[in-house]
Amino acid sequence: MPPEDPWEALRLATRARIGLGRAGDAMKVEDVLDFQFAHAVARDAVHAKLDLARLKAALPGAICVHSEAEGREQYLRRPDLGRRLAPECFEQLPRGEYDAVLVIADGLSATAVMHNAVPMVEAAMERLGGFRIAPPIIATQARVALGDDIGEAMGAKLCAILVGERPGLTVSDSLGVYLTYNPKRGTQDSARNCISNIHTHGGLSYATAADMLAWLMREALRRGLTGVGLKEASGLLGGAAQAALAG
Amino acid sequence: MGNYAHSFRGETYRFADLQAVLARASARRSGDELAGLAASSDAERVAARAVLADLPLKIFLEEPLIPYEEDEVTRLIFDTHDAAAFAPVSHMTVGQFRDWLLSYEADSATLAALAPGLTPEMVAAVSKLMRNQDLIAVARKCVVVKTFRNTVGLPGRLSSRLQPNHPTDDLKGIAASTLDGLLYGSGDAVIGINPATDNVQNCLRLLGMLDELRSRYEIPTQTCVLTHVTNAIEVIQAGGAVDLVFQSIAGSQKANEGFGVSLSILREAQDAALSLKRGTIGNDVMYFETGQGAALSADAHWGLDQQTIETRAYAVARAYQPLLVNTVVGFIGPEYLYDGKQIIRAGLEDHFCAKLLGVPMGCDVCYTNHAEADQDDMDTLMTLLTAAGVSFVIAVPGADDVMLNYQSLAYHDILYLRSVFNARPAPEFEVWLEKMDMVDRAGRMKLPTPSNAVLQRLIGDHRDAA
Repeated sequence: MPPEDPWEALRLATRARIGLGRAGDAMKVEDVLDFQFAHAVARDAVHAKLDLARLKAALPGAICVHSEAEGREQYLRRPDLGRRLAPECFEQLPRGEYDAVLVIADGLSATAVMHNAVPMVEAAMERLGGFRIAPPIIATQARVALGDDIGEAMGAKLCAILVGERPGLTVSDSLGVYLTYNPKRGTQDSARNCISNIHTHGGLSYATAADMLAWLMREALRRGLTGVGLKEASGLLGGAAQAALAG
Repeated sequence: MGNYAHSFRGETYRFADLQAVLARASARRSGDELAGLAASSDAERVAARAVLADLPLKIFLEEPLIPYEEDEVTRLIFDTHDAAAFAPVSHMTVGQFRDWLLSYEADSATLAALAPGLTPEMVAAVSKLMRNQDLIAVARKCVVVKTFRNTVGLPGRLSSRLQPNHPTDDLKGIAASTLDGLLYGSGDAVIGINPATDNVQNCLRLLGMLDELRSRYEIPTQTCVLTHVTNAIEVIQAGGAVDLVFQSIAGSQKANEGFGVSLSILREAQDAALSLKRGTIGNDVMYFETGQGAALSADAHWGLDQQTIETRAYAVARAYQPLLVNTVVGFIGPEYLYDGKQIIRAGLEDHFCAKLLGVPMGCDVCYTNHAEADQDDMDTLMTLLTAAGVSFVIAVPGADDVMLNYQSLAYHDILYLRSVFNARPAPEFEVWLEKMDMVDRAGRMKLPTPSNAVLQRLIGDHRDAA
């Protein structure tokens, strides 16, 4: 009988890579490859492109726009360009009496958007009866603040941007949602509310995230703000939603 | 204003001011391009270096790059400058200074005596004229030794910070990652946690656990929860076991305000930590982190390139006799350091500049998943930094920080570096490893098999405690 691996009990307490073996001073080959695989999946998520045809089929009436960043390399080097809508895209955006616009943005993980954005939008729409929602916008080479240009151009009171979060080794397809009241260019990040870590590997579920988003959207319209002030009021929320917003 | 120009093959390159000369002389990096400060061509970059090489070192004492009246970091630099220490090199140009640094005459004792006479701007300037091998060769001559419960920075030694982070600050998970690192001989610089939840109550909880662990095994090292300096002061007032006070700092008053700190609050925190008298062989109680891009990201760079303003952060650090300082070189993202080449260059610059100023520099050899870098680049940088005599590097289980979601070095890498360079841990920690029967006859860390007595004891204690 080989002795029991003493690390097994401790691994229940952390997903850190503890108790690895050694080849001399180095990691064992299986651990090297496991790490390389995780890193490769994360990098692929950063450099993947949105499947626009599939997204448009799933989101009827969706309009595709892009930022001023030309390509992924410029996007990574120039965050400022990823925050501004390309001039030719403004005319594609219809203006209206909208309570909210939902923007689906690649961010740093197109994989996160392809895996999670459509079910997240559907879960949100089920909870937003009575809201005047603009046609969905699909944005590429997009940072969070690109939603400010979009919301401002469309005259929407709220912009909720669903964006791929920076991939980690453990999860490379995590989606975040940032909500901004009265979106306009130059809005500070402290004036937004964020729902983070939406994915299907032990992250926030679509239903919970959508409950939170719907609550935030109703309260934002009622109080006329998003950001720190609204976060403090989220004590009214219960359970997992409250915990997620606090983190 | 001087006339900054250089001609080469019939082309004349002109630079508006000293700031522009420095920025355009910098090795190419994305952060300077983002800021609109970088050289517009490779030839212009070399022309800027040629201008810089002919400038007198003392120009940096005559022309503050950030106004004295508007910036307390500038005031600190000028008010604490030691003219007598500067005298031996005061007649040199920046180019002559580079050659002199590499000369046999500039030995460890000479460089240590010179450090108080140098300003960050002088050091940043000369680094721009130095190739990577120059940065390594000169840094290796700079010996900066600091003490608390052990001795960090002795020649022939390499220390490491054991970083047992956990996404929910789970005490058992943190203990597991800590024990894992100790079995690799990591943790002699500090056992330091980045808390997932940064408040006083949680810091007290984490510090209590770390201090209990350190006391139980009588480990000659120091522990730290990397909370904001104002929290640390409250934790000390609440009776917390604070060995080291941590703070992120940068090279301008405005950037430090972005971090929520000032020089006076840092002094208050240092005094509070000193009052606890927890050090056994020394009282270097401060731990600082820095990193190129921090000032620009706070829009507090005053038109300076990111390497020059980074170096000014080391003037802040050295005013507080830190035990540890490290640059988080690859953490800030590809908009500041795009790829492995830029991260490696910046890591060597940061280490050289800090050491020449007399600051005990370590490095978080690291990268994020949106940078063009991988473990091969980290292998290169950690190897070069160890050749350069880096005070310490940071290590996490399997190079994967599951809380901050980036890649640093693995505990294994500490074994590799110590083996390849015959570098040993801090002497007091080395004795402890031997006492714990964790080292074999060749001085290598034993491979802990499941039946290993030390492993069984460490883990057994924690299984029971859980």
